[in-house]
Amino acid sequence: MFKNLIKKLSTEFDKNKYFIFIKLCIVIMAFLIAFLLTSICITAAGANPFEVFISIIKGAFGSPERMTEILVKATPLIFAGLGIAIAFKGGFWNIGAEGQIYLGAIAATIVGVKINLSPFILIPAVIISGFLAGGLWALIPGLLKVRFGINEIILTMMMNYIAIHTASYISHGPFRDPDGSLPQTAELFKGACLPVIINKTRLHAGILLAIFLCLLCYLIFKKTLLGYKIKAVGANPRSAFYGGINVFNTMIITIFISGGLAGLAGMGEVCGIHYRLLDGISPGYGYTAIVVALLARLHALWILLAAVLFASLDIGAGFMQRTTGIPSSIVCIIEALIVICILGSEILERKLMRKKVEK
Amino acid sequence: MLLEMKNITKHFSGIKANDGIDLCLRKGEIHSLLGENGAGKTTLMNILYGLYEPDQGEIYFKEKPVKIKSPKEAIKLGIGMVHQHFMLIPAFSVLENIVLGSCSFLSFLKLKEIRKKIQDMINIYGFEVELDVPVWQLSVGEQQRIEILKTLYYGAQLLILDEPTAVLTPKETEDFFLIIKSLVHKGHSIIFITHKLKEVMSISHRVTVLRGGKKIETIYTSKTNEFELARLMVGRGITLESKKPSSIGNTVIEVKNLYALDDRNLNILKDINLKIREGEIFGIAGVDGNGQKELAEVITGMRKATGGKIIINNLNVTNLNPGEISMKRVAHIPEDRKNTGAIMNFTIGENAILGHPDFFKDFFLNYTKVKEFSDSLIKNYAIKTAGSNSPAWSLSGGNLQKLIIGRELSEKPLFIVAVHPTRGLDLGAIEYIHKMLIKECEKGVAILLISTDLNEILMLSDTVGVIYKGQIIDQFPAKETSVERIGLLMAGVM
Repeated sequence: MFKNLIKKLSTEFDKNKYFIFIKLCIVIMAFLIAFLLTSICITAAGANPFEVFISIIKGAFGSPERMTEILVKATPLIFAGLGIAIAFKGGFWNIGAEGQIYLGAIAATIVGVKINLSPFILIPAVIISGFLAGGLWALIPGLLKVRFGINEIILTMMMNYIAIHTASYISHGPFRDPDGSLPQTAELFKGACLPVIINKTRLHAGILLAIFLCLLCYLIFKKTLLGYKIKAVGANPRSAFYGGINVFNTMIITIFISGGLAGLAGMGEVCGIHYRLLDGISPGYGYTAIVVALLARLHALWILLAAVLFASLDIGAGFMQRTTGIPSSIVCIIEALIVICILGSEILERKLMRKKVEK
Repeated sequence: MLLEMKNITKHFSGIKANDGIDLCLRKGEIHSLLGENGAGKTTLMNILYGLYEPDQGEIYFKEKPVKIKSPKEAIKLGIGMVHQHFMLIPAFSVLENIVLGSCSFLSFLKLKEIRKKIQDMINIYGFEVELDVPVWQLSVGEQQRIEILKTLYYGAQLLILDEPTAVLTPKETEDFFLIIKSLVHKGHSIIFITHKLKEVMSISHRVTVLRGGKKIETIYTSKTNEFELARLMVGRGITLESKKPSSIGNTVIEVKNLYALDDRNLNILKDINLKIREGEIFGIAGVDGNGQKELAEVITGMRKATGGKIIINNLNVTNLNPGEISMKRVAHIPEDRKNTGAIMNFTIGENAILGHPDFFKDFFLNYTKVKEFSDSLIKNYAIKTAGSNSPAWSLSGGNLQKLIIGRELSEKPLFIVAVHPTRGLDLGAIEYIHKMLIKECEKGVAILLISTDLNEILMLSDTVGVIYKGQIIDQFPAKETSVERIGLLMAGVM
């Protein structure tokens, strides 16, 4: 029956529309399967899956404050997810977004606590310094990879620890708040703080920058030669070289932008939320962002959606734990299953497309 | 008779890779399988090793009909294969690599017994192998011995060696031949895949020549010579009508004393000199692996020259990168269309502009124009596809090649480097591509045509150069030569 349906539809659509239709069907199916599997897990844990889902949704979207909180959580995921997506498109397996986030946070903090100027100068300054710090940090494994062919996955991952502990050193040591008892830096000058865009919430201007950069990245890949070159180098460096693309430069640019975007996530956390650097300022955003990027299939606009999805699951999870008594970690299972189902569906999709092409 | 393959036929998407091939092998025989790339040698051996299933034909092993469905079954029968690319784990020791795959998951490793067994085998066959050295420390020749030892340990009586000497130095090749001879003394049989005539003559008892998926002949090496083999391998006579001589103009490209290294950092090009003029097709004939691939790569900027000069239109372009050389209006139809000429995961439209100067100049890329351009290519070059948004992997080989050629010709080149432009394509596509090249030539474009297909070379070229061991050993007008003479030169016997 399903086959007949596809056949019927495929005669009505032309091939490209058919591909899009297939893609959509498969994504919806993947989500359904993911929720079905989670339901089984929840039932096995002795709870009612509907209750759990409803309380997650209530927790996430139950009040305007909670909804702004989703966007607050989504902001670093969007920044870092974008950075990772660009790197992955360009053939650089950047697992180091976490470290780049910390470097962005460090740089923004140093600028923000040392310089006291009007926000019109200081806000661009913290944004640029956050971007530069993340980008340069990523260039260390980047150059080692491009120049000497060293595996970037291991390098970027190991460098995360260096970054995290450097941030810890800075907040415990040289930049520690002299007036406070906690291991954290002094508060930033007012001029370095990103403005809150909705009163009485934590939602700051970082989200606007994140959305803007999403659009910018989308346009880079849709409209510019640079986007084409990044994709070409990522898809096949030899063909790209044959096509006259400077593979070395393109990779370096890709890696720098990637690290810079992740660095902005750290800047956003410091200048938009905590107004200082403290231990564990990123609870693994850099890793969640990998999942966000993959779920969005490295597509800039889909990253917005994927980041919001993960942020709302996160916010909803806390609420669910309080109301139903089911541990919030069940959400991790949901997240994992969604990713597995979506990525797994790509195989099916490719198979169906190939079949169609062969006909 | 140890092995008989009868009437083996195998199609790949409409092209006959093997067309009714017969092959028989006696016990204790070294049997060479000779043919150009694409002649069907590897396909035939992959069928024997259980990697492909034949469309037609029977296999008899030790007089019994067998159906080999997987390499596992082949190994069980006593057929072993040593691939061109070794399947060894560098961090494991020699012993561990040999043991790997021979015991089931649950059985305990009886390393002591196994070691003794392998040591005995080493003594019997006279291998010089240390068992406890990690494989990454070994030379290529030693690694190859491990591969052979591995197949012997699995109980192979018939060994298939896929171009075993391609990766070896001359000294290693000699050692390798000694090992082969000792294997045969012990009663093993060997199928030796190669396209090197000298080796065929020096090592094998009989030789089967394949060409274009068909068996041409099986002969005793004692009753033939290199010259005859070359002739059988490349085919005789010109079946297609050759190109009319065109009016030849000024020199477009000149290559002077060119030297270059191959992927293993060995000297591959040694003092290459050539000149190509407007309206001239310069064909380079030669057995694969004699430096023609590297020559094309150096000229188009894909590989660095270690010495010498390349001058295009009076400009020194030596060691510029491919983009810069392409700007000098040089088109490149590369050997590997799937991994160099195109990006398989890109759409046809995106592939149509790869390296195209009209699109590679501004910051912005106008995808409406890209679509217009690729639609025009699809129309003008009769590329069969659902549209310019389809991925390149959905194209057949011939259509992909048409796309690449269309793109390269749309750059209005003054000089074209075409490497194996028709390899693996069906007749219709071949004819079409030949027409396109001739048309360009008539416009006054200089063309360097590299091909192992001698018919193609003779049909299209005005001048023919023969490359052998990285040198152009002779060049002459295509009209004044014969297939026989080129065959001899290609084999390095003249």
